[in-house]
Amino acid sequence: MRGAIKAIVEKHNGERRQLLAILREVQDGWRSVPEDAITLIAEEMDLPRVHVEGTATFYHFLSSEHRGDTTVYLNTSATSEMAGCAEVAAAFEDAVGTPFGSTAADRRFGLYTTSCIGMCDQEPAALINDVVFTNLTPARVRELVAGINAGRAIRELVGPLGDGRNASPEIHAEVKNHVRHPGPVFFAPFTPGAALAKALDATSLDIIESVKRSGLRGRGGAGFSTGQKWASCRATDAESRYVICNADEGEPGTFKDRVILTECAELMFEGMAVAGYAVEATRGLVYLRGEYAYLLPHLEKVIQSMRERHLLGKRILGTRFSFDIRIRLGAGAYICGEESALIESAEGKRGTPRNRPPFPVVSGYRHRPTIVNNVETFGCAARIAERGPEWFRAMGTTASPGVKLLSVAGDCERPGIYEVPWGVTVREVLDLCGAGPTLAVQVGGPSGVCVSERQFDRRLCYEDLGTGGAFTVFGAHRDLLSIVRNHMEFFANETCGFCVPCRAGNTLLLKSLEKIMVGNGTTEDLEAIEHLGRMVKSGSRCGLGQTSPNPLLSTLENFKELYAQKVRSDVDYISQFNLEYATAESIEVAGRVPPRKKA
Amino acid sequence: MEQGQIEITLNGAVIRARDGQSVVEAARESGIYIPTLCDYKSLPPAGTCRICTVKVGGRIVSGCTTPVSNGMVVESDSAELNDLRKGLIEMLFVEGNHMCPSCEKSGDCELQALAYRYRMDVPRFPFSFTNRAVDASLPHLILEHNRCIQCLRCVRGVKSRGGQEIFGFKNRGREIKIAVDTTHPDALTEETARKAEAICPVGALIKKGPHYLTPIGQRTFDETPIGDDIERGADS
Repeated sequence: MRGAIKAIVEKHNGERRQLLAILREVQDGWRSVPEDAITLIAEEMDLPRVHVEGTATFYHFLSSEHRGDTTVYLNTSATSEMAGCAEVAAAFEDAVGTPFGSTAADRRFGLYTTSCIGMCDQEPAALINDVVFTNLTPARVRELVAGINAGRAIRELVGPLGDGRNASPEIHAEVKNHVRHPGPVFFAPFTPGAALAKALDATSLDIIESVKRSGLRGRGGAGFSTGQKWASCRATDAESRYVICNADEGEPGTFKDRVILTECAELMFEGMAVAGYAVEATRGLVYLRGEYAYLLPHLEKVIQSMRERHLLGKRILGTRFSFDIRIRLGAGAYICGEESALIESAEGKRGTPRNRPPFPVVSGYRHRPTIVNNVETFGCAARIAERGPEWFRAMGTTASPGVKLLSVAGDCERPGIYEVPWGVTVREVLDLCGAGPTLAVQVGGPSGVCVSERQFDRRLCYEDLGTGGAFTVFGAHRDLLSIVRNHMEFFANETCGFCVPCRAGNTLLLKSLEKIMVGNGTTEDLEAIEHLGRMVKSGSRCGLGQTSPNPLLSTLENFKELYAQKVRSDVDYISQFNLEYATAESIEVAGRVPPRKKA
Repeated sequence: MEQGQIEITLNGAVIRARDGQSVVEAARESGIYIPTLCDYKSLPPAGTCRICTVKVGGRIVSGCTTPVSNGMVVESDSAELNDLRKGLIEMLFVEGNHMCPSCEKSGDCELQALAYRYRMDVPRFPFSFTNRAVDASLPHLILEHNRCIQCLRCVRGVKSRGGQEIFGFKNRGREIKIAVDTTHPDALTEETARKAEAICPVGALIKKGPHYLTPIGQRTFDETPIGDDIERGADS
């Protein structure tokens, strides 16, 4: 083992920051990261063993146990459950002979579940050794397992290729773009170099001014002023600065960055270069979520071709400005979408958010001033450089200028990508996507808001309903509480565990919801949930815990009746334990109800 | 005012502070106790426990990681903040398995002392009764994971002779736990075990050997509540 580990470490120049890449390679090769490998990596890299162990045990796609020669990660997010992932899971278990959460005794297959993989418009979907399979059915599962058992390469089993670049040899995926409503920013023709040529004609301060004037706000969901962020970074004295693209699109229900990365990568990279020019950075990083590893060869190729056209690399377009981009791959952790956790992860560490201050614009990647912006934000920035801030400002609303990419999924006829001006109402989007009778819409993913029909005339914009773009439709026939449970399970699983309220509180919230769902809740439990939810929000250290109670809190506010039907108001207290519920399975197996003893 | 001296408003009163201090430190020097659990002497702050949560200009932040600035308005003592603190203590009690009467650290335990100070009767949340193993495989140190609150004090404060980290976090989320580098000889010494036990605010790191040398009733927090020394000005 030592020789092989040494070779992997050397391939990455023994760089501390490449630890996650090194661990990914070990996982790929051994199908786990064994204890011995951790010790050897620590020795070879001269790192404390606890650092290597800490990183190796943090990420979902790294494991101490063997995950099987073929590892299936089936997405179990709400939209996947709605599309029938339970039947698909049963088919996998049947075909492979091991339950989910385990590896078969012969180690040929491992079946595991995973959080949203960004395919909500084509669920159920799964990653099989990093290859994406969409629209799965039990029949298709049997076909895939038979193919793998027959010794075929997993890439050969990919079905009809998707549209656009999904069909290119680099991507070669059955993923579909589903661009339903193209708009002027992302899906209008773009001449590579057009944005950079304009930007390089101006001064860096002019560019920042221009982005400020455009009113562009971060597209990841928080909506911070992009111009302000760039200005703060540039104002920090430093020898070097960094531009990081947050391509860790992990919010369940969102997948628009995947489509930008597939079809508009040039625009996005050019936006990064414009940002680099503006903040006087020469190096950029893309932090690509592990789930999108299948896009890596494509993105590398785009970067290479941009270098060849002098749009990246040294002396861009013949000027003195140099800027180059490298890609870092994640390994399955929602928390890494938080900008300081992303920086930690990009440095090869556990994806734990940092304490702020200092903010990344002051001390970020490698303690240098760093801007972290979303994929979509960089795309917008490139267009602003190309076409001017006034053009951008003319779209959208006063406080939310421009357009927004929505990832529409769930119960509608046309799930996919919608490029719409800010200010569009929930109802307008429902009409556009062909939704039928609708119970609720999850705006902005689980960390956002769940709105009912009474609020369908609300507008998507920072003045009203701010959003990172997820727009998930739940039809009138859906059981909303089980969707809320799915979302709370997500947060309870994805908390990094660093701070108490988020680590302990989310699990307690989930337990409380389950108590209500099995009929053991009282009206006091509902009050307790609201109270605990507010505690988790105010006590947590980063955006994850500050928003994770939202699935419960927003449905308690907007769908109070669903909870009221489930709880008892005639008693103050019912224990968590329900004898009938606990014995239901054994009663079914035994086929008889035990006689009740008289008190 | 002297160089580096600033003024902040804490709970309505103006107090002196020094540039570079945290809110918790500045309060402590003025005889105001902002409760802490993960914060420890000169160690860099971690911000894991959130017990020191305060309001700065209306925003909720942790007092140990927030540096003071001139004119800052801080609120550390309100019904809302004290309820949050009590809630966090209760969360820790239900998350692990804290059987105080049988714990070597009873009376010296900061978590227990905070629970008394905040008059925790019984936690408002259901116990998780989580299954955590005790690791007694090291020569001098017992890892009592049932009692660990993941405060990171040992990670930050107990290093090898060369200054290298020998304690660390492993896993993620509710599975998170303290790990020890058993390949490092310094991690296995009696000296390390002694330091680890001393720095641990609870009874999660216990040095093998005699305990209960100080009888119950004569321990750190048996007579006076935690924070009392600061409020009496013993620290200033």
